[in-house]
Amino acid sequence: MRVTFRVNGRRQEADDVWEGESLLYVLRERLGLPGSKNACEQGECGSCTVRLDGVPVCACLVAAGQVEGRDVVTVEGLADYAKERAAGGGCATHPGSCGTAGTSLDAARRWEARPTDSATGEGAQLAPIQQAFIDAGAVQCGFCTPGLLVAADEMLERNPNPSDADIREALSGNLCRCTGYEKILDAVRLAAARQSEGA
Amino acid sequence: MDFLRPARWEEALAAKAEHLTAVPIAGGTDVMVEINFDHRRPEYLLDLNRIGELGEWEVGEDTVRLGASVPYTRIMEHLRAELPGLALASHTVASPQIRNRGGVGGNLGTASPAGDAHPALLAAGAEVEVESVRGSRRIPIDEFYTGVKRNALAPDELIRAIHIKKADGPQQYSKVGTRNAMVIAVCAFGLALHPETRTIRTGIGSAAPTPIRAQAAEEFLNAALDEGGFWDNGKIITPSVAKQFADLCAAACNPIDDVRGTASYRRHAVGVMARRTLTWTWESYRGTEPTAFRKGSAA
Ligand SMILES: Cc1cc2nc3c(=O)[nH]c(=O)nc-3n(C[C@H](O)[C@H](O)[C@H](O)COP(=O)(O)OP(=O)(O)OC[C@H]3O[C@@H](n4cnc5c(N)ncnc54)[C@H](O)[C@@H]3O)c2cc1C
Ligand code: FES
Ligand code: FES
Repeated sequence: MRVTFRVNGRRQEADDVWEGESLLYVLRERLGLPGSKNACEQGECGSCTVRLDGVPVCACLVAAGQVEGRDVVTVEGLADYAKERAAGGGCATHPGSCGTAGTSLDAARRWEARPTDSATGEGAQLAPIQQAFIDAGAVQCGFCTPGLLVAADEMLERNPNPSDADIREALSGNLCRCTGYEKILDAVRLAAARQSEGA
Repeated sequence: MDFLRPARWEEALAAKAEHLTAVPIAGGTDVMVEINFDHRRPEYLLDLNRIGELGEWEVGEDTVRLGASVPYTRIMEHLRAELPGLALASHTVASPQIRNRGGVGGNLGTASPAGDAHPALLAAGAEVEVESVRGSRRIPIDEFYTGVKRNALAPDELIRAIHIKKADGPQQYSKVGTRNAMVIAVCAFGLALHPETRTIRTGIGSAAPTPIRAQAAEEFLNAALDEGGFWDNGKIITPSVAKQFADLCAAACNPIDDVRGTASYRRHAVGVMARRTLTWTWESYRGTEPTAFRKGSAA
């Protein structure tokens, strides 16, 4: 079957999709978006976390046919997504964190940091949460990272000032075999602090 | 395989009647695991995601009508006051990502003895609204679970909604597992106090082939609370009564040994959870203003 949906703001068409195929498979194998990782295919690890109509879900548990006509954001689109949020929906999506008129510009400028850092790929722009993961040393093998980024970014959108308990809860569906989580918590705290400074 | 995408409920019923082997898929958190691991190759997948009403709920006078696909996240956010037991149980399911997709309709469809919604539904009191092209019926929750991962649905039927009694008193849900998130219950226990009818109800998960109520324990405690005038005087429940209740709950179990725990551990843990949840709910009943829960007793 054919599945048509939006991925990272762009209309995508996948052809010859098997009816039992997951969204994760379609993203990775048919659309060339391998950012979402396939580690367990049973919802246990969260490394395939994407946003489906804004909601974080395990892409491995969504049937491809279920995303027809819907909106998906993957880690590949996270930087743009964060940028748009800051530019457009700043006040809407960060209730209580609206500052002066210059706020979002300031924040946007911040997010162009380190465009040539070798750790960041081909000069790609990063979302604040991605930069925070790098700065806090929250990435080791990196397999869990895309899922954690998507989940953490969504939490900070909902809850700009999370407690440690909030962070643990929001990331409880994401497993990391390398870091022991401490640096990941550091990274999310860092992103939250920068976000509220910028606001 | 064929992928069926009805846009409306009536279309879904028609599709199910035409293809009796079609497997409904809501959140997919059970179905997709089976497909990914090749444990299941259904001829037809029947996607329910486009049917908006399945994701909605209505709070009525005495009950909440919960659409079959309302995700656990919504229940936790919006129905904590009306359905405290189910909201607590929902919070113990898996992870945020799973709770954003999975719901009670799917839990009932799978009918695993370990499903977390079941003890809460049994304790609160509920009816499952199912429908086919032949018509609609309501299955009392006590009659819904018919065997290990079996339920009372006919092959052409779909779950439309669950009618759950609104809480008229404190409710608790307790679950034993190796960690907080992402854990299938070793065993679980739900308890609801119903001050309006001066009864209590229980629900036990993962300790018998199906989710069950501990009926002998309920009868014992109802009688003991009645005889001691506890609903009126709000006294602390006598330890011997609590112990007898716990023992009867443990005795209601018919568990197995498996990788998650032994039968004797499960029996023991159910007894402990029964005693604890009774203490918690009773403390909260005693702590409330007499008028809030102890209806009728003041007159
Ligand atoms: C990693 C992981 C952890 C989990 N942890 C828990 C846990 O802690 N506790 C727990 O209880 N469960 C757990 N589950 C199981 C699952 O998330 C729940 O059973 C959930 O409630 C299923 O809902 P769903 O909408 O995703 O169901 P689906 O997978 O879409 O469907 C499940 C079953 O119900 C049927 N069905 C769905 N909707 C209907 C309907 N309207 N009418 C008739 N049949 C229907 C389907 O055909 C299928 O047989 C876990 C699953 C995963 C992957
Ligand atoms: S690959 Fe989807 S949760 Fe592990
Ligand atoms: S960095 Fe290796 S799994 Fe998390």
